[in-house]
Amino acid sequence: MPKRIETVVMHDSTTPVIGSTQKAGNIILTSMDALINQVQANSLWPLTFGLACCAIEMMSTAASRFDISRFGSEAFRATPRQADVMIIAGRVSKKMAPALRQIYDQMPEPKWVISMGACASSGGVYNNYAIVQGADQIVPVDVYVPGCPPSPEALIFGILKLQEKIKRRKYNKVLELKPRTQEDISVESAITREGALNEF
Amino acid sequence: MSFDLISGVVKPLITGFGITAKRLARKKVTVQYPEKRREQYDRTRWRHALVRHDDGLEKCIGCSLCAGACPAKCIYVEAEDNTDENRFSPGERYAVRYEINMIRCIFCGLCQEACPTGAIVLKKDFELANYKREQFIYTKKMLLESKRPE
Repeated sequence: MPKRIETVVMHDSTTPVIGSTQKAGNIILTSMDALINQVQANSLWPLTFGLACCAIEMMSTAASRFDISRFGSEAFRATPRQADVMIIAGRVSKKMAPALRQIYDQMPEPKWVISMGACASSGGVYNNYAIVQGADQIVPVDVYVPGCPPSPEALIFGILKLQEKIKRRKYNKVLELKPRTQEDISVESAITREGALNEF
Repeated sequence: MSFDLISGVVKPLITGFGITAKRLARKKVTVQYPEKRREQYDRTRWRHALVRHDDGLEKCIGCSLCAGACPAKCIYVEAEDNTDENRFSPGERYAVRYEINMIRCIFCGLCQEACPTGAIVLKKDFELANYKREQFIYTKKMLLESKRPE
């Protein structure tokens, strides 16, 4: 059997490629996508981050009547280093905002954020100087769950929505092995700043 | 050191597993949510709906009392006059725009209490979670119930 050196090619699936070796590489990558997504979506460990009354509903979601361990998220972690998803349960005060951002930064990639309840998502009734008008001004939010507080079923629905989002993920672009340049970073920060400004 | 096998090992085991055995016989408490739903309570308040009269006209008259009663200020109403050719509600005016910011709403039901015609009702549909902020501005088209088939 002739010896052949195989190369793993990471490219966009729409790019035309020559040679069977490269095609095989792509097939492996796509099926890995599904596997990784499936694994990540079904073991979302939430971070214990209750800020107000929504945390009570979050606790009852974890309790036996609603039981999020059916979806693989029963392991509430007290440290951000072991958590996958941050459930912001409650109003975020301006004093809490730096801590929230720090905890988010300490979580390992990949990480997701669920904004639970009206106060965390938009400020709710607390349209005043003390409360951040939406946690998405501080961290990127993946799923918003409205309600005051959302019932455990509504939160479970939010978690299922997040799982759907994770399962749809494609890795072709994520696995690009190109170091980020200074230009990329400045463009990204400009986009986030624009997004923050649009909220007002 | 003396060690009694009966009182030190067997008895605690029987008591401990006895509790497990008793629990096994009980009714299961978990609600299997996405497959089965529990019955919501009578006064559960979730997603709003704008209802119609029996003849198909909208109940909402665009008076903005709901917007005034709302503690979160999440309702926006813009009213316009009815004409004989273009009649939406039995009264003088109707709501041309009716928007609710679902993400700010706290589902307190004060809009329902304030409404003089009973046009806005809080239903029991709780599956509102979504990905983008913009998707939470519910317009009149989304809130208004469809006409009943004649």
